[in-house]
Amino acid sequence: MFGALEIGLIFSLVALGVFISFRLLRFPDLTVDGSFPLGGAVGALCISNGMDPFLATALAALAGAGAGIITAVLNVHLKIMDLLASILMMIALYSINLRIMGKPNIPLIMEPTVFTILEPSWMIDYIARPVILIVVVLLAKLALDAYFSTRQGLAIRATGSNPRMARAQGINTGAMVILGMAISNGLVGLAGALFAQSQGGADISMGIGTIVIGLAAVIVGESILPSRKLFLVTLAVVLGAIVYRFFIALALNSDFIGLQAQDLNLVTALLVTFALVIPLIKQRMSRRKRV
Amino acid sequence: MTTFSKKALLTLSALTLSISASFAVMAESVKSVAVTAIVEHPALDSVRDGVLDALHEAGYTEGKNLKWQYQSAQGNTGTAAQIARKFIGDQPDAIVAIATPSAQAAVAGTKRVPIVFSAVTDPVEGQLTPSWEASGTNVTGVSDVLELGKQMELVKQIVPNAKRIGMVFNPGEANSVAVVTALKKILPEYGLTLVEAAAPRSVDVGTAARSLVGKVDVIYTNTDNNVVSAYEALVKVGNDMKIPLIASDTDSVKRGAIAALGVNYRELGQQTGRIVVRILNGEKPGDIKPETSENIQLFVNLAAAEKQGVTLSQELIDSAAEVIR
Repeated sequence: MFGALEIGLIFSLVALGVFISFRLLRFPDLTVDGSFPLGGAVGALCISNGMDPFLATALAALAGAGAGIITAVLNVHLKIMDLLASILMMIALYSINLRIMGKPNIPLIMEPTVFTILEPSWMIDYIARPVILIVVVLLAKLALDAYFSTRQGLAIRATGSNPRMARAQGINTGAMVILGMAISNGLVGLAGALFAQSQGGADISMGIGTIVIGLAAVIVGESILPSRKLFLVTLAVVLGAIVYRFFIALALNSDFIGLQAQDLNLVTALLVTFALVIPLIKQRMSRRKRV
Repeated sequence: MTTFSKKALLTLSALTLSISASFAVMAESVKSVAVTAIVEHPALDSVRDGVLDALHEAGYTEGKNLKWQYQSAQGNTGTAAQIARKFIGDQPDAIVAIATPSAQAAVAGTKRVPIVFSAVTDPVEGQLTPSWEASGTNVTGVSDVLELGKQMELVKQIVPNAKRIGMVFNPGEANSVAVVTALKKILPEYGLTLVEAAAPRSVDVGTAARSLVGKVDVIYTNTDNNVVSAYEALVKVGNDMKIPLIASDTDSVKRGAIAALGVNYRELGQQTGRIVVRILNGEKPGDIKPETSENIQLFVNLAAAEKQGVTLSQELIDSAAEVIR
């Protein structure tokens, strides 16, 4: 269960990133499948070359932000359709990540990581890691809440919900899309670096399906805690990522129902479908009551 | 007390006794082994089956005195990590980790639960063990590394005039990149040059093989997961264009390569299983030296040789462990 919590917390950073692009900016962004391993690659490369793990993790987040900026520039300035721009960036990042790492896999098993440094020696490591991550995720969530209530943050939200109105108010919508995508993919890069450090290394294949997991987490979160208040919505997204991982843990533990790891993709699809259908059922129920 | 209730009480206590007795027996002898693999394909599945063979041989049977668990991550490292965490939480007597990413996730997760890796080409490069000596940690295992010199001798035996050797591989797979790097170093000794063709996904294998047509005299494949998954695509190109295919796993010979001097993955699994048994019997994994495959076998496929335009010498056929006609 601690394993599910730990991985869920890491992916809640991805979910927050996906929430910013898909929900706040309404930008269907698949770059995350590339920026997650990009963060892992940069983090693992820097650490294995002896750099301070904290600095390496920060650089990884910056690299992720860079990838987000390129996707946004392709869309805003070169007028490439949003989905296509992000797919282009995603496949480009596969080669870029291989170049960065120089090989498909950089192990970090014997290197110092942010976890080995922060872990108090009296605490068992599989409990200490989720505790550290809870602090990181809470800080990220609160920082996002605060930022999206500032003038600039509100401008990003306005750009997503009604670009024409936003432009009429004198907001530079192009710049806001670029900024929002940088924050979104920066979070994903951070998650990638943390994942590599908690799982023993970066691997070129670690990005596969990141977007699906992130999106599933956002949708699950929104159904278990529907709200319009940003503070609650970001909390819901974080919870969604953790709940999603608990469902996977359940699938792994439920030998008695006959579910196995190979059924995970189906479990994901069913879970998201279920989460999407809940609001519809609720709507029908309330309509019946009115009649 | 009536006789009836006395009887009932007696039966009840007898029942309790026998239940607790059977629990005691179970607690004494039931061992649990958990197997995690990164993906399912014939070679890796053979490793898993081989581990089970060795456990059966040592007298362990599922449901009786063995709790056996197997999970595959379907190629997803996030899932591999979560499988590793679940197994570590279960505290089995041994975790068997098949292929590098699954092994890394398990090793990163625990310093206590014994881990036996298998089908990992270079455990030192992958930081699973600090060296090829007994590690002193909770990790040991069996590597599927092949002596490339012998492989190239086989290539020269089958296609003596070969000058250019083609290789299809996934640039995203650590094991394959290690083989390519090592090959580049030793090829000049054999008068060969390497032509690389990248297949980042298994659907790219056919296209990559076709890109080698006219540029190579022979195609050599390592145990690349993408290539092994889609070996038929390679066989089609080899047969159509008369390019000899030489593999490094014996399963691929059955699927249409001319020959392979390779690790028999079933036996690799059995070798892994014997290490698991030693651990179940109380040996410490840190005292067991990581092993390489004991048993390299030559498989040849005469039908494939004919289709790909090669005649095999009788000497070679006689030295094969298995001849497919």
